[in-house]
Amino acid sequence: MFYREAGDFRTTYAEDQQTFPIKFDRYRYYLVLFIAIVVVPFVVNDYWVNSLLLPFLIYAIAAIGLNILVGYCGQVSLGTGGFMAVGAYTCYKFMTGVDIWWGGELLFRLPEFNIFFSVIMGGVMTALVGVLFGLPSLRIKGFYLAVATLAAQFFLVWLFNRVSWFYNYSASGQISAPERDIFGVLLTGPSVQPWAAYLFCLFFTITCAVIARNMTRGASGRKWMAIRDMDIAAEIIGVNPLKAKLTAFMVSSFFIGISGALFFSVYLGAVEVGEAFGITKSFLVLFMIIIGGLGSIFGSFAGAAFLVLLPVALKVVGVDWFGWPTDIVAHLQLVIVGGLIIVFLIAEPHGIAQLWRVAKEKLRLWPFPH
Amino acid sequence: MNEQLAYTIEVFANGLMAGVLYALVALGFVLIYKASGIFNYAQGVMALFAAMTLVGIQNGQVPFAHLINAIFGTDVHKFGWHVHSFLAIALTVLVMIALAWMVQRFVFRHLVGQEPIILFMATIGLAYFLEGVADLMWGSELKALNVCASEGACLPQGMNVWLEGTTYEALGYGFFIDNLDIVASIVAVILVAGLVIFAQYTKQGRAMRAVADDHQAALSVGVSLNFIWVLVWSLAGFVALVAGIMWGAKSGVQFSLSLIALKALPVLMLGGFTSIPGAIVGGLIIGVGEKLFEFLIGAPFLGGATENWFAYMLALLFLVFRPQGLFGEKIIERV
Repeated sequence: MFYREAGDFRTTYAEDQQTFPIKFDRYRYYLVLFIAIVVVPFVVNDYWVNSLLLPFLIYAIAAIGLNILVGYCGQVSLGTGGFMAVGAYTCYKFMTGVDIWWGGELLFRLPEFNIFFSVIMGGVMTALVGVLFGLPSLRIKGFYLAVATLAAQFFLVWLFNRVSWFYNYSASGQISAPERDIFGVLLTGPSVQPWAAYLFCLFFTITCAVIARNMTRGASGRKWMAIRDMDIAAEIIGVNPLKAKLTAFMVSSFFIGISGALFFSVYLGAVEVGEAFGITKSFLVLFMIIIGGLGSIFGSFAGAAFLVLLPVALKVVGVDWFGWPTDIVAHLQLVIVGGLIIVFLIAEPHGIAQLWRVAKEKLRLWPFPH
Repeated sequence: MNEQLAYTIEVFANGLMAGVLYALVALGFVLIYKASGIFNYAQGVMALFAAMTLVGIQNGQVPFAHLINAIFGTDVHKFGWHVHSFLAIALTVLVMIALAWMVQRFVFRHLVGQEPIILFMATIGLAYFLEGVADLMWGSELKALNVCASEGACLPQGMNVWLEGTTYEALGYGFFIDNLDIVASIVAVILVAGLVIFAQYTKQGRAMRAVADDHQAALSVGVSLNFIWVLVWSLAGFVALVAGIMWGAKSGVQFSLSLIALKALPVLMLGGFTSIPGAIVGGLIIGVGEKLFEFLIGAPFLGGATENWFAYMLALLFLVFRPQGLFGEKIIERV
């Protein structure tokens, strides 16, 4: 009734193969895009952008990336934090000009990159590192692999902590983003306009989502899913596991790297690697895709939104309304997140995305039961 | 005796001791994995939970005191008594058994037959949940833990003076080894021996091995799967308590205690998930390896703190050549 496809005839292959073949879906998608691009930048203020919208957009990118690897290709990774750190530090190095040393002398220094290309470079470099750490996935599977990706997590964090070249020899060991702009609009640094930061992240989020959506419903996505469902059978029907697994690692790490670069440069401005990109970050993104829905792009958004909103909502309810101490609310949050993970895994292993699908199906039939 | 060589041997010995502690945590993983195929990430948090419960009971803390105070505006903190260590340990064991029953009843009973990786993620959720509950129950501040048989007869702290003196006289170099590490090693040996005897010679132990071998076959000869799983989780809880006591006495009871689970993972990968001897040998290799690597290569050339990742890298390299670990069962895949 509310949601229907009756009278929605598709007469060409192009119409049949578009991302949203149902008219209602398509218009809703355009409406969301319209609101996000045209309306929101005019109404947001600093609080909304910094505590809700930016983390949501950035985590959504990371969740899409991890979902490609875990949800579509079935390779569980716990190294997300480390890969985000690669994106952040690469972005920082390219923003400030990469300096190459040889034998104690400065060999040459690249010019400082524009912030846009720095973020892209963050993604590219992370993709390379991801492929490197993805290589063992050809030999080891399941949670052996999950534990192996922890090696990436700990090694990378240690690397960025100890090798001072990565943080340009600063005394504090932190990296902080210098002021950078595109076409005169400031994007990093302390005096950024909220709408500018929002639009910059939004651009990356939409682009990544469109790329991911199209990759996952195309040939590469089908190969990933074949590997996920049964890798030996996939091999027999002609999927090259080497290529499929490594491309999944590459694409996934690319997105995660971009989200790490944005997380550092636009959202936080200054980070300390162990704090910002520790193992808890890996788990947070993993929780997002479990709650949101494994193997669903919409689920990545839903999970990111849920886990960004939850602490804020808990803080408002617990601290502001009830006046509880903040540490109790923080502990309650752990209990609730952990409990939700278990509840979702038991009751709805496909997450919020599946609830959404069921709701759509109900709306399609309403008011009739069948 | 060569100073450098003696020092290396001392690092080696300390590595062995650390390895014993890793093995202690890894043991809990192996127990659960063998019997139910669940890779229990929450093992470290269980150790933290057990240690916090023990301290809380010893000091007569009111459980959930902070939460109660926040909700009802009261001001309760302590019952005002001190419980004897042994009684407290017995009570904590009861708590861990209750926890095992609840985990089995409310979580894993509903997840029977799911893919292993789903079970693994459920245990990550369980880890978060338990950590939150532990903090709410007993407060998250750093606590000192000590177990005393009577006044003045506690777990020994500090280094072993006797050993240092003896080795100094015999070899011209005093070896520096923590008393607590020695106790931990002895306890670990007793624990492992106890577990092996339990598994080999008791009725429940036999049932446990049957379940580990084949769930359906065990069911068909009348072994209660539910009971065995609760039993196994209780055993893992007990091992977690022992590990929690040892680590807690060494460095205090706080959140970082739960991170020892992360240390135990590479041990398991090295030793194989299904083998008790594997957990011990893997623990020793990792303990010795990371201490020696830090001492010989990490600290002089790489800027130190390599202990964080060395174990993982070692396990990763190792797995590429032998995916099932040292003692693991051979992985056979069928379509």
